[in-house]
Amino acid sequence: MQRLSIRKLLNNKAAAYVIAGSFLILSILLGISIGAVSVPIFTIIQIIISKLFGFSFDQIDPMFSSIVLNIRLPRVILAGLVGASLAIAGAAFQGLLRNPLADPYTLGVSSGASVGAVVTLFFNLSIPIIGSFTLPLLSILFSWVTIFLVLTFARKIERSMRVETIILTGIIFSSFLGAIISLMIALTGDELRQIIGWLLGSVSMRGWEYIKIILPFFVLGSVILMFNTKELNAMSFGEERARHLGVNVQKRKLMILTAGSILTGAAVAVSGTIGFVGLVIPHLSRLLWGPDHRHLLPLSIITGSGFLILADLISRTIISPTELPIGVITALIGAPVFALILLQRKRMERSG
Amino acid sequence: MLSVQHVSGGYTDESVIKNISFEVQTGEMFGILGPNGSGKTTLLKMISGILPISEGDIFIKGKRLLEYNTKQLAQIIAVLSQHSSQSFSYTVKETVSLGRYAHQTGWFQTWGENDERIVQRVMKQTGVAAFQNKSIQELSGGEKQRVFLAQALAQEPEILLLDEPTNHLDLSYQKELLDLLKNWTTETGLTVLSIFHDLNLAGLYCDRLLLLENGTININHIPNEVLREERIRDVYHTEIQKHPHPKVAAPQMVLLPKVKQDRKVNHIDESMLCVTKEFIELNSVSPLRTMSSGVIGSGTGWHHTFVNRHVDKDYNCSDHRKEMADFLKVNGFEPSETVGMMTAVILEDVSYKHIKGDGFSVFVVVTAGVGNAIDASKSEQHTFETVPGTINTWIFVNGELTEEAFIQCIMTATEAKAKALHDLNVIDGVTGTIATGTSTDSILIAATQTGEPLEYAGTITPLGKLIGKAVYECTTEGIQKSQKRKKV
Repeated sequence: MQRLSIRKLLNNKAAAYVIAGSFLILSILLGISIGAVSVPIFTIIQIIISKLFGFSFDQIDPMFSSIVLNIRLPRVILAGLVGASLAIAGAAFQGLLRNPLADPYTLGVSSGASVGAVVTLFFNLSIPIIGSFTLPLLSILFSWVTIFLVLTFARKIERSMRVETIILTGIIFSSFLGAIISLMIALTGDELRQIIGWLLGSVSMRGWEYIKIILPFFVLGSVILMFNTKELNAMSFGEERARHLGVNVQKRKLMILTAGSILTGAAVAVSGTIGFVGLVIPHLSRLLWGPDHRHLLPLSIITGSGFLILADLISRTIISPTELPIGVITALIGAPVFALILLQRKRMERSG
Repeated sequence: MLSVQHVSGGYTDESVIKNISFEVQTGEMFGILGPNGSGKTTLLKMISGILPISEGDIFIKGKRLLEYNTKQLAQIIAVLSQHSSQSFSYTVKETVSLGRYAHQTGWFQTWGENDERIVQRVMKQTGVAAFQNKSIQELSGGEKQRVFLAQALAQEPEILLLDEPTNHLDLSYQKELLDLLKNWTTETGLTVLSIFHDLNLAGLYCDRLLLLENGTININHIPNEVLREERIRDVYHTEIQKHPHPKVAAPQMVLLPKVKQDRKVNHIDESMLCVTKEFIELNSVSPLRTMSSGVIGSGTGWHHTFVNRHVDKDYNCSDHRKEMADFLKVNGFEPSETVGMMTAVILEDVSYKHIKGDGFSVFVVVTAGVGNAIDASKSEQHTFETVPGTINTWIFVNGELTEEAFIQCIMTATEAKAKALHDLNVIDGVTGTIATGTSTDSILIAATQTGEPLEYAGTITPLGKLIGKAVYECTTEGIQKSQKRKKV
């Protein structure tokens, strides 16, 4: 009886958004508050309000103000945007491929984006006119090419594209692309620590500049996906059935894959490869609130950003003053979840 | 409604479907049959627009298939395919609701009252409304199939394409589903195109059948024409026999198993007959194909025990069938495998004869009593009153009989019996004319169905001659014995 009432509460969509939203706000406040210098939460709220609405509170310590506005807030926002991008991209990939194990990382899309980013960074490329957008654009382009290569290859192996086949193909591509990155790094002879730090993913010391880079792509990708939620629902039952239901599968698939690539590419460009966010968050959201993509996508955005803000908080506080790469934290959480999902699926296949 | 014109096509360069044309009318239930790999599913996928058409054209409501966009097509055609993947645990209602996709337009496709009403209706019709909030992953195969049927119906299609809809369904749901579809075709004018593996279901429900063979049309006709023994045997390369449905005018096919049934040399003759005071018994090693009018095991069937039981002259029982079955059980016979008859004749007076023909033989057993002999041509003068005093005739044939041979056996035996009564001058007590039999005569034809095939059993066929002779002689002998006993 109690279980039922809990389920009902969780099923209620409004409640879902309230819970997810509270989680995000709490994460943001904690993320800004905790650090080498602890900022009281009330002060944070005051600072943000004064910045937003032009009020001035006399008693605000300028040091707090500077820490919050120049260091912690951009970091938290960036972590939030990256988390949101990866989570919604993961949710979309999973729905499209009917594969709960798919996410930008396991599909090899992140690696593709990394190659794009590394190429830009280490050859110091800058396309005229678009300037600072060269980095995300090349990352996006490389992710886009990668996802199509992975899917084409997987389809060649097996027409039905089983879950394991796609993941295996993703791993092959990840390894190959990783090797290319290593090769490039070895050839440039730069300092390794910094590069590896970037590869494992980090949102530190990026500042407002990077937020401006990711934000437009995040908005674009998310909007495209939000207009395809019904189609994602239909395609969860297979492309053929989606077509019978009236979905223009070719067009919608292209849109969804492109949006996924935009989100992944932009996220990787600003933060390196952070794995498993796109796997854990949609899975968790689906478990709690059901697989309907009309709600799954926005809820993944909210919980994904909250999750990465918390992961970033842990990564910089757990062995402070040294900072762990954020990818370490997400992998520590994500890999076991991955294993768990795989186990669950196999058990389900056996039982039915 | 649907017109397929000289269509070829398939998965790769080589066409699976070759130059196929047919038309389906509104409200028709149209079945597609064919062995594995004959192109049934390919054809269905081409009609639903999944596979390209390399040659020819498909017209739906007079418009070319290619001129419809995906959404427009989904408003007219719904498909229920064989396999459905469901990777995520959508609820039943969410799944069914997706069927409304094609009818929702605009950027913000809102869920209207109409949509809700339709979804609730189709869920009720398919019997899935009760678990609409359950996850489809928790359902059984048959329940899932019904959920997807509901989804297809939620599209409010004019044409429904089904790929083996009864797959995964148990017997009662197979029937229910097809009854439902059949009703819809007549009531709402829904056109149904369905692939069937089960020829009998197809024959039972479809208005017309299309038989595919290697990607071409073998025949497109009414079920009775399509489901012909020779045709099905050739197309499916299997032994099959046509059989009428007992209640409905629809052809049914039965498979003939290739496994050699352990038919021991089964030869029926006098050595197997066992006569006691209570009953005459004949036990066959393997079951015999029978046609009889016995109290137990009447009609056609397969039986291996045959019992002719003596009952008292005053035997009277309101439920003689049950009484007879109980009697058989008590004596160690299985009623379902037994043909049982009754007679008031003293069983010692049984007469039997084994006559050999060319490659076959006939063994006839008769118990005869003429206590209530009747002239069949004047039987209206008799009041209904059954007195045991019967001619029971058993005819065992060591050979393989056709259905018509069975019937001819009965005719020949009856004629021979009437002649025997005539020659013995047995008189009908009421009319004073020569009798043709008694009022409670029974007959059994049982054939081993091995050895010589015997197509006919008319009076001048080899089999008919033997039967005529044996029945005549046995009946004569039996009647004489019983008359002698009476005199004594």
